[in-house]
Amino acid sequence: MYPVSELIKNLADQHGRNRHNLLPILQGVVEQEKYLSEYSMIEIARELDLPASEVYGTATFYSFLEYKKMGKYIIRVCKTITCSMKGKNQVLKAIEDMLKISVGETTPDGNFSLLQTNCLGLCHKAPAMLINYDVFTDLTPEKVREILSSYIKKKVKEE
Amino acid sequence: MINLTINNRAIQVEEGTTIFEAAKNHNILIPHFCYMENVHQIGSCRVCVVEVEGAKTLMASCVTAATEGMIVNTNTERVRNVRKVIFELMLSDHPKECLSCWRNQNCELQELGNLIQLHEFRYEGAKSKDIIDSSSPSIVRDSSKCILCRRCVTVCNEIQGVGLMNPHHRGFSTFIGPSEDELLGESICTNCGQCVLVCPVGALKEKDSTSVVWEALYDKTKTVVVQTAPAVRAALGEIFLYEPGTLVTGKMAAALHNLGFDYVFDTNFAADLTIMEEGSEFLERVKNAFTSPEKNAVLPMITSCSPGWIKFVEHRFPEQLANLSSCKSPHMMLGALTKSYFAEKMNIDPASLFVVSVMPCTAKKFEITRPEMFSGGLADVDAVITTRELGRMIKDAGIDFRNLTDGTFDSPLGLSTGAADIFGTTGGVMEAALRTVHELVTGRELPGLNLHIQPLSGLSRIKTAELKIENPLPDFSFLDGITVKVAVTSGLKGAAELLEEIKNGTSPYHFIEIMGCPGGCISGGGQPRPVNDAIRTLRLEAIYREDEGKLLRKSHENEDIMLLYRDFLGAPLGHKSHELLHTVYTPRSKN
Amino acid sequence: MTFGYQLKRADFIFKNENDWKEILRNNLSRPPHEVINELISSELKGRGGAGFPTGLKWKLTAEVVEKTKYVICNADEGEPGTFKDREILTKVPLKVLTAMTVCAHVIGAKEGYIYLRGEYFFLQPELNMAIKEFEDYCREINFEFKIRIFMGSGAYICGEETALFESMEGKRGEPRNKPPFPSTYGYMGKPTVINNVETLAHTFTIFKYGAKRFYDLGVQYSRGSKLFSVSGDTPKPGIYELELGMSLVDFVEEFGDGDTKAVQVGGASGFLVPRKRFVETTIGFQGKLTGISLPTGGSMMLFNSSRSMYNVLDNYLEFFREESCGQCTPCRVGCQQLLNGIKAVKRGEKNAQYLEKLLRLTETMQFTAKCGLGQSVANSFSSIVENFREEMIY
Repeated sequence: MYPVSELIKNLADQHGRNRHNLLPILQGVVEQEKYLSEYSMIEIARELDLPASEVYGTATFYSFLEYKKMGKYIIRVCKTITCSMKGKNQVLKAIEDMLKISVGETTPDGNFSLLQTNCLGLCHKAPAMLINYDVFTDLTPEKVREILSSYIKKKVKEE
Repeated sequence: MINLTINNRAIQVEEGTTIFEAAKNHNILIPHFCYMENVHQIGSCRVCVVEVEGAKTLMASCVTAATEGMIVNTNTERVRNVRKVIFELMLSDHPKECLSCWRNQNCELQELGNLIQLHEFRYEGAKSKDIIDSSSPSIVRDSSKCILCRRCVTVCNEIQGVGLMNPHHRGFSTFIGPSEDELLGESICTNCGQCVLVCPVGALKEKDSTSVVWEALYDKTKTVVVQTAPAVRAALGEIFLYEPGTLVTGKMAAALHNLGFDYVFDTNFAADLTIMEEGSEFLERVKNAFTSPEKNAVLPMITSCSPGWIKFVEHRFPEQLANLSSCKSPHMMLGALTKSYFAEKMNIDPASLFVVSVMPCTAKKFEITRPEMFSGGLADVDAVITTRELGRMIKDAGIDFRNLTDGTFDSPLGLSTGAADIFGTTGGVMEAALRTVHELVTGRELPGLNLHIQPLSGLSRIKTAELKIENPLPDFSFLDGITVKVAVTSGLKGAAELLEEIKNGTSPYHFIEIMGCPGGCISGGGQPRPVNDAIRTLRLEAIYREDEGKLLRKSHENEDIMLLYRDFLGAPLGHKSHELLHTVYTPRSKN
Repeated sequence: MTFGYQLKRADFIFKNENDWKEILRNNLSRPPHEVINELISSELKGRGGAGFPTGLKWKLTAEVVEKTKYVICNADEGEPGTFKDREILTKVPLKVLTAMTVCAHVIGAKEGYIYLRGEYFFLQPELNMAIKEFEDYCREINFEFKIRIFMGSGAYICGEETALFESMEGKRGEPRNKPPFPSTYGYMGKPTVINNVETLAHTFTIFKYGAKRFYDLGVQYSRGSKLFSVSGDTPKPGIYELELGMSLVDFVEEFGDGDTKAVQVGGASGFLVPRKRFVETTIGFQGKLTGISLPTGGSMMLFNSSRSMYNVLDNYLEFFREESCGQCTPCRVGCQQLLNGIKAVKRGEKNAQYLEKLLRLTETMQFTAKCGLGQSVANSFSSIVENFREEMIY
């Protein structure tokens, strides 16, 4: 795990330092750090010789480029119409009850953040959600509790 | 040439002309909003949409090029209806507090409303984020009034190359400004105010200083002194409906006396002074560069009278600060002299003096807060008001500007030569400096017609000239046969280009004039609106007329300046000069 | 009138006979104009939603004299209810890569990209393997064409072609003015062919079987087959390849749950067709209720009588409000006003007449918005409000 500035430098070496390399670099930082801190955005601006305001302006446009501190696992539950029809609200409530946070919040131990997102392209297996990049479909309140438990166990194992 | 039809009229235009321009050139004015000729053209407000036969949707006329055989209608029922709806949408997210807004009667949204004639507000709903950022001494941002036209973004990024203003977030949450939570006062904003100049509404404005000036004027214990920049007199008249390019020097002085200022000085006096100091500084560096290399004289030397430019170079090229002349800007010099030379001469306690500068500039409001601009514990200048603010004060005081009898500036800081006037326009400082420097070096006048240097005039972004020195005076024999190369630029993008050359060691110049605003002070952030190249040219010509109309045209001929040196300062670059008239710079971070 | 036209299944897209190498070699040795003419005569139209004739698109881009050109596969599938591109990239990616390469040969491009939406990150490992296998073969047959994946980051608007270019150039995904069109001014300002994943998969079918085989499917103006993503109140959610030109009655008979109240054809930017109109609606490029354009991407969402159309519209408007790029006034403020408006009517804060004003607003958006997002809001808004007015109020 590198400190952020070294990570940024490596990403810039890997992708390039032109304006059109900005998005992969932002994504690279989010992949590791889970969000773009003010510091990292200024570092990226410095590395690519761009005004900081432009890096901010670009990053804040995209839903998956978080700029507020996020937990280790970001849960994104789809709220578009089919998932909504197939029981997204019960699934969401199950998550909220289990993790004791509402949508938009992060658990105090920094493990989970809960967000809603738009159509994930898994409508025939609705309701669906992402945890970081992993896909979970055909959700029910029980199933989602199982999934979260396995993540919690995984975290405990790592510690 | 392209043939098209607009509103049943057959017209012919050059290839590449947009529908909007084609219409305008034939006296058909399409209501528009975000479009600003030669500045901003992105087709996002959608007010200027027109019907184009065969097109699936209405087309934005400011970005759609005319094509052969195109049939355009600008006033069909559908077009007029959608314009109303779009205007309503813009208003639905606007506070509509016109009566207390400082842009009342001078606002492009109001003008559009006049054209569109809306009679009901159908949509009212959510309002965007509302922040008032008054952290900067120069510019205040009120996001509740922002219409998201993005002109400020274009000006700050593409025209000035500073890159502070940007859209953030997405959709209805879109927000224009510096980065999240960043305040103007703590950012890389150079305070040039070009964004204020192009903002169609009251979302961006200069910080108001008229209230402190009124306060000082009412304060019987204070002696209030005012000075005016050269660019003000060429544009102030526009606020009182004079044609752009009308010089109103006399009326301006009279109005200032009328407002109650105790002494009305002319910044031009200090401009002449700046030439003396800066000219001498330049010659000293040149002499050292040629004869005493161990002194490491830094060339090219760059002018330092533009505080927007100064903040820019402090952020962007902090390693090149030694290239800047150490001279303060003219109005700071005059302020410092007022509280020393003038105070002594008139036996006034300097602490009771209140100096006000009327400037075409928003950056000068920041400049006077710099810690270096204090001498003996007192601020050199106490307040800066823009040309627009002066206009408001004159109206507020009920002065009938157009019917004033011409007034004059006061002594001993009111006399100036023509060289001082041209400080207001791009190329002027360089020309003024060379008028003096050339004579100091060769003993002869500048060879150009009317003492002008042709290649340095006009509105091109970067202008260069060469001056071959032949048969110089004995003191400057080392310059015999040397070609002095100078460059002039206005606007910060040109500045960055020239600084990159210096940074890379490839700059061929000895002396560079840089002004922060495109066109120079005549289109500074504090000048009357609108500003475009046609108006810049008219103001520029007015300034040159004032210069050519004067008997004395070279700074070193100014008798009051010579008195100043004899009685007070000693010699240029002397000890007293360094104390009062020179300054230092602060390296700042890039982001 | 296509009453009684039965649903005709087709099986070209997902049938994998592992013959991509052969198809690639054959088509790389054909002169470009021959390939273009074949596509034109097949009458293949874009399957992403805009329905632009593919052959014409390749032709226009090929004709531009320019050294640098690009081929981009638009895999930013984001229209609600659409999930077919994901399936294509999972099951038959090599067909798409082959199509992209033939396109490169035809227009003269050396670089290609797949713009993959961020939500499909999990497809990357396998897709990268397919690309590697593909590139190894290209090297074998000495054809220079580099394909890379460019990841999106969660913005539906980046599915719009010019917004996609902006995103790839490291900027905010805000659509550009058109004209100029991508065939002359695309990615990095260079001539670019940008095609939907499914469109490219169909070109593979055409290269394999010839234009006539494709042309013989479907109906006039709507040739060929299309993938339909079916979801909602249906016992058979999934992806189905069907010939174009089918009647909605037949579709609902096959996929409905017996109680279908309405079908959303084309996702949130498409039209809601109520039961009484099933009979007169055909799915194709010149269908009556569906307007000129094919339902965006083929998303078909079925709603039975337990569903509230108010909730459906509310859901769509929330979607648009969040995904609007915010650049132009009609869409940025319009989406917000529409959402607030229907909520106000439902709560009784505004009377039913207000719905008329909102309809006027969507008309304005349809004709003045800068890109397809703002222009299409009117489709679902007007079709839902006009057909289910009572549900908006009570």
